[in-house]
Amino acid sequence: MKSASFDYHRPQNINDALTLLQMPDYRIIAGGQSLVPMMNFRLVAVRGLVDLNDISELSAIQIDKNIITFGAMVRQRQIERHEDVIKNAPIFGEAIREIGHRQTRNRGTIGGSLCQLDPSAELPLLCLLHDGIITVQSLKRTHNIKVADFIRGAMDPQLDEGDIVTHIRIKTWPRYHGYAFMEYARRAGDFAIGSAGCLITLTPHQTIDEIAVCIGGLSDVPQRLHHSETLIKGQKINETIIDNIARSIDDLGGHPTVQASVAFKKQITKTLLKRVIIRAYDRALDQEMHHEKNN
Amino acid sequence: MKKTIKLTVNGQIYECTVEPRVSLADCIRHHLGLTGTHVGCEHGVCGVCTILFDGASVRSCLLYAVQAEGHDIQTIEGVAHDPDTLDEIQQCFRDNHALQCGFCTPGMIMTVKEILSEGQKLSEHDIRDALSGNICRCTGYQPIVQAVMDLMARNERKAG
Repeated sequence: MKSASFDYHRPQNINDALTLLQMPDYRIIAGGQSLVPMMNFRLVAVRGLVDLNDISELSAIQIDKNIITFGAMVRQRQIERHEDVIKNAPIFGEAIREIGHRQTRNRGTIGGSLCQLDPSAELPLLCLLHDGIITVQSLKRTHNIKVADFIRGAMDPQLDEGDIVTHIRIKTWPRYHGYAFMEYARRAGDFAIGSAGCLITLTPHQTIDEIAVCIGGLSDVPQRLHHSETLIKGQKINETIIDNIARSIDDLGGHPTVQASVAFKKQITKTLLKRVIIRAYDRALDQEMHHEKNN
Repeated sequence: MKKTIKLTVNGQIYECTVEPRVSLADCIRHHLGLTGTHVGCEHGVCGVCTILFDGASVRSCLLYAVQAEGHDIQTIEGVAHDPDTLDEIQQCFRDNHALQCGFCTPGMIMTVKEILSEGQKLSEHDIRDALSGNICRCTGYQPIVQAVMDLMARNERKAG
């Protein structure tokens, strides 16, 4: 399995990359950990590849108060090992470990994951959970788009020809938030059959102050469960509430895969959903106690 | 259109002319003649083609050779100081019978090299996780994990 022929360019800055992308059937290569397998299988053939790996302005992580800005070419493993990111958005540490293997995480990028938009991918789910904003640049303009709007469908980002995703911004949660990410796959590193992530902050009365819940793998895109978030806000966590949220999965559509029917995926997703909510809640409680002790 | 590129492999500079579609794995084997790096699945799943790219373990079947220009590449041939000796990782694999057919071994060793360079103390679970991107169809992994644990214990004794 070898790729079909293509021309190769490695521009040194974004403007040169944008200019090259004007050529017909030219495509970006970021980390290449999804694109190159597809090219090797000849599911994808292109006239030319524009390699973004030398554009240093795309590979920085910046943290400013409660905003983390990732350059699109930041490697998954760079995030996984970035102490300040993990301190501010610990769910990234828990979830990125589940992406592929260390060898693919050493190359794979956050921008690449978001543009690839595999239905069970971890990074789109995390960015959706954190109300991420994506910066897209073309020769004509630079604009921002919410991750929720960017995700159109399976492997279908809201991008036009000639666009480059340059940055991804996420809003971090207060230091004392609880978090949890879990996924189920047949083997370590496989595409997840189901996944779920949750972020929680508590009031001093241990009721839910803020909550974000997201599931992945069930249908063509990761989904925020806004309706459940509203229901649970202001409440204390108990079994009935968690069961109700899990049951809300029954109303959602799903896509079967070779490995799993929709019914099986829903079963998995419900279990993961319950577990992440409980774990995030427990962690928020721990943080709360810690927080009080220090004040 | 073919491109002439310079690659730094195991500290040595090689010049070769390749089509952009040639994978780094194929370039290393066919153009540079370094056949210690093996090729299995050619789509990033099996891990036998693992090399170090600027010190980080990567699949050389998921990189094109033209992408490697200007980067430092290490392959299994560069692990031991000379062809007649084994380095500490290879010795540990040998002592623990951590290979049978040996096809996956170069990839395993390169991954272990990266793990060691990070200098963290790993539990058996961590080691299994770190090696999960390298498939072995002979050993059942037990002796491989044992070899890495043995190696870490040896290094700890040396340091202590």
